[in-house]
Amino acid sequence: MTETTRQPQGTVPEQAAMIRARGLQKRYGAARGEGFTAVAGIDFEVRPGEAFGILGANGAGKSSTMRMIACTSPSTGGSLDVLGLDARTEGARIRARIGVVPQDDTVDVELTVRENLLIYGRYFGLPKAEIRRRATELLDFARLTDKADERVEALSGGMRRRLTIARALINEPEIVLLDEPTTGLDPQARHLLWERLFQLKDDGITLILTTHYMDEAEQLCDRLVVMDGGLIVTEGSPGGLIERYCTREVLELRFGPGEREAMTDKARGLVERIEELPDRILLYTDEGEATLAAAHARGVVPLTALTRRASLEDVFLTLTGRSLVD
Amino acid sequence: MSAVLGPHVSARPELALRSGGALAMVERNLMIYRHTWLLLVAEIFEPVLYLLAFGVGIGGLVGNVPGLADTDVRYAEFVAPALLATTAMNGAMNETTFNLFNKLKTNHTYESILTTPMTVRGVALGEVCWALLRGALVTVGFLVAVTVFGLVHSPLVLLVIPGALLVGFTFAALGLAVVTYLRDWQDFQYIQLAMLPMFLFATTFYPLDVYPRPVQLLVECLPLYQSIELIRQPSLGEFGVGLLLPAAYLLAVGGLALMLAFRRLDRALRS
Repeated sequence: MTETTRQPQGTVPEQAAMIRARGLQKRYGAARGEGFTAVAGIDFEVRPGEAFGILGANGAGKSSTMRMIACTSPSTGGSLDVLGLDARTEGARIRARIGVVPQDDTVDVELTVRENLLIYGRYFGLPKAEIRRRATELLDFARLTDKADERVEALSGGMRRRLTIARALINEPEIVLLDEPTTGLDPQARHLLWERLFQLKDDGITLILTTHYMDEAEQLCDRLVVMDGGLIVTEGSPGGLIERYCTREVLELRFGPGEREAMTDKARGLVERIEELPDRILLYTDEGEATLAAAHARGVVPLTALTRRASLEDVFLTLTGRSLVD
Repeated sequence: MSAVLGPHVSARPELALRSGGALAMVERNLMIYRHTWLLLVAEIFEPVLYLLAFGVGIGGLVGNVPGLADTDVRYAEFVAPALLATTAMNGAMNETTFNLFNKLKTNHTYESILTTPMTVRGVALGEVCWALLRGALVTVGFLVAVTVFGLVHSPLVLLVIPGALLVGFTFAALGLAVVTYLRDWQDFQYIQLAMLPMFLFATTFYPLDVYPRPVQLLVECLPLYQSIELIRQPSLGEFGVGLLLPAAYLLAVGGLALMLAFRRLDRALRS
């Protein structure tokens, strides 16, 4: 606990961090020789009350990291403290104080909505009367009061996800872990879920979430890390990362068949960075309209031109590449 | 709302930590069976059918069972305790094989349970406890039927209840160990491949001395044989040291199976 020399910029005092990982590693199948390294040594800290995002493509190591924080999967190297407790030895004590929303809804389909909450509270050893009181409040919070006595089988995807979140709150957790909370939900269900997550944030609960959706990360996260190949490739606030890795705007130009290469050559030099994609080119610029006018002046005639604000998605693709990883 | 989501109030985790959560696992199953208790009633019918077909039907041809110390034992009285043991076995083992496989592989029930202070050992122990209770409950139901058929003569028959709990423990633990090796539903055929011959040949329908000595030794190693011994002796009015060996055998086999199940489940659920 005296290690202060390695702290990257923006760290918090030792006691204040909700989670602190140092050189954290996860290797699978190491015992049998042919191993696979999911997390290759990462450092990060999560501060009280913040919404912290872990972004990355499939296989980047997000879920493994989440499972280690949740103390359901032991780390194989480095150190991990959650709520000031060592995740390797204090797993049950840590789990008693956190809430976990897994990627797949693992609610009990044989039980009613309310029973799901009642039995989950018992796993924390809470007294029954107290669980009943909390369950009623959480059903209201999750907008499931009308469905309280229905079997879970009858719920929609969005309702199931909200039940999973309500369930994760039964122990009044200090940290809530959400693994891809809105994957597979329709837009209405997503927005309702985001609104509920903002409510949790307002109540001072620390949120840690993984997501594939950059708009979700931009909306919800105060700070995030991007993972690639088991390592953290960058860390910052959504706005800060866009500023660091991107320009303010992106100009997207599409051309007619066969014209792209010639037009791209003409456009070269207009801005510092041009990205060529199979169907269009991206010009990273601070003034999209001005760049478009300059392009027109050079005789660049696109089929369509679109100026948009640079997003976290641009940062993500810049950092992790565009090729498909599965 | 702020009462739920506001400042943290310590959630008395110590209680859950102490038992590893075994009790909560039993509660979960009770809660589910409140919706599906009819299944348990249905399970009593299977041994009743066997008792009618073999005990009453074939018993009518056989009369009394030769070769027993007490030559007055009617065939149905001989078969009924074996069916009681089989009922305890099936009641417990169906729970830790079929139902548990569903929770383990299909519903991923334990993944979310293990994000709470519950431990793998607590979960395993809780499932075994519930399975043996369930087996004993069905056995008591069948015992009532056996009594109604007029096949009970000794108050010692009440020893069937602790006997059924022990038989349930052994087979629940065995089932739990076996289920960790199963890859898909087809693999359940292997369980049937072991269970059916055991049911037919472990002195369920005739005494041990019909076999030559080498085969007797083999049959004596079967857990169902020891289970039947544990329940048949008091049912026929015998109570003595003869119960010690089956009891010790079932405890040992169940204990070993439980240890194996702990290790296998820990590897499967906490990778």
